[in-house]
Amino acid sequence: MDLTLTPELAAFRDEVRSFLNAHKGEYEGGAPKDPKAWQKLLIANGYAARTIPKEYGGYGAEPNILKSRIIAEEFIAAGAPPGMAGQGISMLVPTLLEVGSEEQKRQWIPPTLAGDIIWCQGYSEPGAGSDLANLQTRAVEDGDDFVINGSKIWTSTAAQAQMMFCLVRTEPDKPKHEGISYLLFPMSTPGIEVRPLKTMTGQAEFNEVFFTDVRVPKASVVGGRGRGWFVANATLKHERGMLGDPNATEARLKSLIELMKSETVDGQRIIDNPILRDRLMQLQARVLSMKFNGLRTMTDQTAGLARLVVKLQGCELNHQVAALAIDALGELGILYQDGPHLRAQGRWQWNYMFDLGLIIGGGTAQIQKNIISERGLNMPREPKVVEA
Amino acid sequence: MRFALSDDQVMLQDSLNRALADLAPLERVRRFADGGEQTAPDIWKGLADLGLPGLLVPEEHGGLGLGMLEAALAAEALGRHVAPTPFLSTAVLAPLALAAGSDAQRREWLPKLAAGAVLAGAAISEPIAGARDGAGVTAGGGRLSGKALFALDVAGADLLVVADRGGALHLARGAAETAAMPSIDNTRRLSELVFRDTPAEPLANGQALERLRDAAWIVLAADTLGAAQAMLDRAVDYAKERKQFGRTIGSFQAVKHLCAEMAAELEPARALVWYAAYAFDHAPEEASLMAAHAKAHLSEIGRFVARTATEVHGGIGMTDLLGLHYWFKRIGQNRQLLGGPERVREAAARMQGLAA
Repeated sequence: MDLTLTPELAAFRDEVRSFLNAHKGEYEGGAPKDPKAWQKLLIANGYAARTIPKEYGGYGAEPNILKSRIIAEEFIAAGAPPGMAGQGISMLVPTLLEVGSEEQKRQWIPPTLAGDIIWCQGYSEPGAGSDLANLQTRAVEDGDDFVINGSKIWTSTAAQAQMMFCLVRTEPDKPKHEGISYLLFPMSTPGIEVRPLKTMTGQAEFNEVFFTDVRVPKASVVGGRGRGWFVANATLKHERGMLGDPNATEARLKSLIELMKSETVDGQRIIDNPILRDRLMQLQARVLSMKFNGLRTMTDQTAGLARLVVKLQGCELNHQVAALAIDALGELGILYQDGPHLRAQGRWQWNYMFDLGLIIGGGTAQIQKNIISERGLNMPREPKVVEA
Repeated sequence: MRFALSDDQVMLQDSLNRALADLAPLERVRRFADGGEQTAPDIWKGLADLGLPGLLVPEEHGGLGLGMLEAALAAEALGRHVAPTPFLSTAVLAPLALAAGSDAQRREWLPKLAAGAVLAGAAISEPIAGARDGAGVTAGGGRLSGKALFALDVAGADLLVVADRGGALHLARGAAETAAMPSIDNTRRLSELVFRDTPAEPLANGQALERLRDAAWIVLAADTLGAAQAMLDRAVDYAKERKQFGRTIGSFQAVKHLCAEMAAELEPARALVWYAAYAFDHAPEEASLMAAHAKAHLSEIGRFVARTATEVHGGIGMTDLLGLHYWFKRIGQNRQLLGGPERVREAAARMQGLAA
């Protein structure tokens, strides 16, 4: 255990700090004034797309997990907006780098990093949630094209996206994991219909997407025909790393502490209520555990199990932090949408509802427990049901 | 920056685990627990051969001069084997108390402690966990009077570290009266001590009790970590062997999810214990808060694992024959000793200025 920064890393931290200080006029309230210009500036300085090769529009640095962490920490501390995220940058780009053709990398990565293309992910279907490999959206060969019919669900940003990366069944006669292909196509292709999916938050964070005879060139397959399941697994790995990020949880706990210190009931601060304070301390221990667990997963070769539990524990913890905030607010905790008594624009209420979705999405808590017990503890799989 | 054990630390823990597998197998623990032995000199002698009593003793006094992280790793190994040893008092609390003492006190005691030639006990409960049943020690004129409950590792001790009501520390060579306090956990003995104008030497540094408390909280948390890990390992092994309805019960999600939940709670808690131990030596401004969180959090996780691992075993988990209860009770005792989680969390809130 050595948690001190080497002189090189300490110098790097100073460099990030002075960069943020020099450019603090370019963002406000945690958001950039000009998102694309901010993204370009961050990439040019190595604070976004850091390890993506220069020829694909990145900064081209060697991977250095500690430098990446320092960047994240300093941006949070300064309240500066990080580089663009979203499913294109966080999931498609790493996947293309791993398995895409040279042409696909050159065509798609640079505009995605620059924020010129927004992507959405077409994975889940009404009949293929946890059992994703059971997906039924068909892509049938017709000349140089595939013709797609079927539908997707839980598609974030489908209404804004110009492009979709999508799993379709191209080989219906093969075993379910071997008949899937990973396709890229424009959302403007004729035959695609997007319907917003309103959730309990009152907003449509997701969409349904319907395909009717959608023609897509065969050349848009990534990683080879019938290889889509393996390509997708590369992407899912990136998604699980994104969910349950301990830095985000720590920031949220800080706001909860501020909330409990500043809000009063009958003139008494909420933090002075011993029961709510005890719950806060319980969560603080959990947040610290996940923070140190996160540090460990970056640098400890033996931390396999520690890595497997992040999605399950991190998403649950986020939800518990939001739940305590609601309880600390008392009756104010039920207010929503708008009104003079609403706190934090209803963010806690929204988180309390939306975060339940994150416990379910990206591999449900139950699927996570299967993964932990099977891969982490070497326990046997549930026997397969033999279909009649 | 590296959040991981060094090769030396991994080796230390491996060698302790190997030694304890020989020195303190379940049948040996059972003999101590059920046979009324007060000390297990064979076990302590074996561990002394590896240098365990001198872990925290500076090299100039014949010890290994290692830090709290190594002590936590040792405690984890002891918890894993539910080993009956005076580790907490002899190898952790006494050397830390002496660090706050005089040169003469250090020269007198540290070499003997490090060599395993003397044992130490500790009576520090009242100023940390609160006084019960009229307990509390007062000091004056080099003498102690009053009662101390929940004294640790008193049997065979040549030296007692005693905290008075005000939290000041004293060294005594014994008490006027000692009575056993039978507890749920028979792998470690607790005592009630009575002092009647008993001679004692004060320790110089008045702040030392906080250091002792933090160290004890970390060691108890690490002991629970080891004991809970042992219970989880045994539950997983059992679930892979036991068959019902024609298949191993570990293939039922109802059972394997219990195991996954235990692992998911325990693995991040390990990082918290490591960090608390690291902070004790390297981040003084955070040390007490991290020790408190480690103690309280491991108390909660420990309780969850203890009951869940027992449940995975089904009825056999309840039996004396299987012996799982030694771990169950050790975890239960660690939870209450030197403050249950609610009290410790209240301390954690105070340390951050969140409670009066």
